[in-house]
Amino acid sequence: MTSFRGALIGAALLALASWSAPAKVFSPTTFKLANGLDVVVVEDHLAPVVSQMVWYRCGAADEDAGHSGIAHFLEHLMFKGTPTVPAGEFSKIVARNGGEDNAFTFYDYTAYFQTIAADRLELVMKLEADRMQNLSLADDQVYPERDVIVEERRQRIESSPEARLAEAMRYALMANSPYGRPAIGWKQEMEALTTADAVAWYKKWYTPSNATLIVVGDVKPDQVKALAEKYYGPIPSHPVPPRIRPQVAPLGGAVQRLTLRDENIHEPAFSRIYMAPNYSEKTKKTALALEVFDEIFGTGTTSRLYKALALKLKVATSVSSSYDDTAVDPIAYDISAYPAPGKDLKDVEAGIDGVIQDLLKNGVTDGEVADAKTRLQAQAILARDSLMGPAHSIGEAVATGQSIDDVENWPDNIAAVTKDEVNAAMRGVFGGSTPGGATQVTGWLLPANGDSKAPLDAAAAANTVPVSSGPIR
Amino acid sequence: MNLSMRHLAAAVVMTVAAAAAPAHAAFQIQKVVSPGGIEAWLIEDHRIPLMAMDVTFRGGAALDPQGKDGLAVFTASLLDEGAGDLNSQAFQKEMADKSIALSYGADLDNFSVSLKTLNQYRDRAFELLTLSLSKPRFDADAVERVRDQIVTSISNSLGSPNYIARRKLAETVFAGHPYARSANGTIDSVRKIQAADMRHFVKDRFGRDQMLVTVAGDITPAELGPALDRIFAALPAKAAPFSVPKATPQGEGQTITLEKQYPQTVITMAAPGITRDDPDWYAGQIVNYTLGGGGFQSRLMEDVRGAGSKKGLSYGFSSAFVPYKEAGLVLAGGSTRNAAAGETLGVVKGEFAKMHKDGITETELKDAKTYITGSFALTLTSTDRLAAILMQLRTQNLGIDYLDRREGLINGVNLDDANKVAARLLDPAKLTTVMVGMPQGLPGEPAKGAGSEPAKK
Repeated sequence: MTSFRGALIGAALLALASWSAPAKVFSPTTFKLANGLDVVVVEDHLAPVVSQMVWYRCGAADEDAGHSGIAHFLEHLMFKGTPTVPAGEFSKIVARNGGEDNAFTFYDYTAYFQTIAADRLELVMKLEADRMQNLSLADDQVYPERDVIVEERRQRIESSPEARLAEAMRYALMANSPYGRPAIGWKQEMEALTTADAVAWYKKWYTPSNATLIVVGDVKPDQVKALAEKYYGPIPSHPVPPRIRPQVAPLGGAVQRLTLRDENIHEPAFSRIYMAPNYSEKTKKTALALEVFDEIFGTGTTSRLYKALALKLKVATSVSSSYDDTAVDPIAYDISAYPAPGKDLKDVEAGIDGVIQDLLKNGVTDGEVADAKTRLQAQAILARDSLMGPAHSIGEAVATGQSIDDVENWPDNIAAVTKDEVNAAMRGVFGGSTPGGATQVTGWLLPANGDSKAPLDAAAAANTVPVSSGPIR
Repeated sequence: MNLSMRHLAAAVVMTVAAAAAPAHAAFQIQKVVSPGGIEAWLIEDHRIPLMAMDVTFRGGAALDPQGKDGLAVFTASLLDEGAGDLNSQAFQKEMADKSIALSYGADLDNFSVSLKTLNQYRDRAFELLTLSLSKPRFDADAVERVRDQIVTSISNSLGSPNYIARRKLAETVFAGHPYARSANGTIDSVRKIQAADMRHFVKDRFGRDQMLVTVAGDITPAELGPALDRIFAALPAKAAPFSVPKATPQGEGQTITLEKQYPQTVITMAAPGITRDDPDWYAGQIVNYTLGGGGFQSRLMEDVRGAGSKKGLSYGFSSAFVPYKEAGLVLAGGSTRNAAAGETLGVVKGEFAKMHKDGITETELKDAKTYITGSFALTLTSTDRLAAILMQLRTQNLGIDYLDRREGLINGVNLDDANKVAARLLDPAKLTTVMVGMPQGLPGEPAKGAGSEPAKK
């Protein structure tokens, strides 16, 4: 027994930690402060460096309808100062101490992190604990930052036809779920967010009992515990509301297809998303089986998809799938592909459908399952060779309802997956649970002329794009 | 897709404690010489049963034959597509099943190989590396498949405003020099490259006299020495001779606009910079950090994003001093809504002018030093990063004792040194600017559209 649960405390843990048990994944030390803050420590003594992350269990999927973007906006505003640390100073102080810091927001969580010399852990803990309770927002800081997040949306989404199609497909697939909204928000709703909205969000969700502190690096658990108690310990907690998550409505067999044409697209592209289970207490067996399936189906150049479409049919230059089940609610399973020069998206789609039909009929093989499990288990060893990697893996898991045991036992749980489980999970996604078939959306990204065939002469096609050039002064 | 992000800065306050303990103290760099005379630099690290190795051959895409731009990258993309008696699928499947990460790439100056493997598969990983460098197959079906991938990828990039801007900028400042090329080549040039070209490339370029090797992880010198001979003995002793002429950046003062329908304007800028061996390099690092390096603390970030502007002109703007082997560039770039393009351009050029004339402050000098010295350790957090840092020491001729000297080199810069570099390199009149989008409010044309204002400062 090598993994440590939340209820255990310091001294006992240290005794256990020094006992030479076989390592699982990250072998963390965990404890909980009296105010409810969960703390996870992973020792890594490669360099005299430490990463601190604080993960709040609130994200874009917790926003009220009509207020999309507030979770991400507040993330930006968390750098806008407290009574003791003026706006903009947080990052300057970290940088002046040789550290780096940033933050990110997704559907189920908002996270803040600093990486810095290990002897500066106290400094960043003090800063992070300060803004957990003392954020102070003034309009002259808030509204210019609203322009920044709108600019960020313009850069990430509106300037990218791929991102615009992906956004529309998500909405089509999951309209009734908050996952159907863009995590960054809808532009017109972002533009209407106010200081009062930000303050309300902060007061609602930012509290020790709704957060996990993760410290990875050249530290000892008892040292982290003492510092955490000193800086985070005195912060009072308040209850947080339940996460209200309407679920995706089955589409009753209706087939959805979306097309986006844009003059900046030179190569047509195919994508499809299916509904798939997230990793939860109830669905973990299926999720683990799908992790194995995804390795077989669409990961790398030895996958079913690549072998069929790139090697045998020669209709695609690239094709892959992706499945990230670390989420609170059911999520999208993605397939994407680019046609080979001169090939049509129709051929690509037919090829992918062919692979899926064959899988539905014949399933995966014992050999494929064994190989995929070997690869995934090796990743658990490789994952330890990183500072931010372990902090991110643990943080994302915990923020979406997994236990530390789920993380630590992952290699064993993958080893236990059977071929029958893989095939049942795969049929659940592609076959659908209702007679109407799978809940899915197919997207075609096309050049402005709408041709679904990849140009045979890409150079000539590129030259037809109107570009006016020349010095203006 | 995770969203990353946030904020910026305003006033200066807060004191800083003493500098952090030197990070490199933890690392002992060993020079390992094989029985056959092959040298590798090694950092041993026995935390986890795995290791990383980097191999660099000097000479990169700048050496691609005229009209066959992209040869080095095309070749790199085929080395794991079949070698020796393994065809493409056999090679790929063995890498995947053993979780051997073996990758190849080329930039304008160097051809590089990275390997990361668990100890249990190490011997086989070394064999695959040897096969790929000495007996690549270049089977016709693999060559054509990879060619299609590269062509599709270039064609796709031609719709990206960042790619278009970067290409135009390189073609302008390096006109007539091989550095004007994209290492990936063009669609036309990639179409012309044949398997025979790649066979020549392998024979000419992979000589042991141009090879540098670095290793980090769970391997001892006694294990590494003989392995080096096993891995690299099959390579020719000498590469074909080559040279790349010095490049003098051109196009100073030009502003080029490529009108394309995007909701933002991408702005990229370049001025003549300094190479890595320039005595002003460390002063340059301090100047760049203050101007637009690092993160949210920089002047450019504050100007366009921060409370300083009160406008939120951009999600971000940054600068970098980029050292090629035969040239140096000062680069800056970011993007903004079309209506604010003129204003943003004015703000950024205004900051160049200000630093060119007035330099930086004593406080900025101090802050830059504590960041640049202290943050170095943050890059030393995995075996592959350690191998990569060691390779940087080798390709840039910094010396095996560089980690011990680095802090002194940075702390030795005084305000005068920094301000001389700012005066030397940040003249806004020397900036070549490329904009891609539908920029409005540029100098010399009437402002149009909501929110557009003439440049200030």
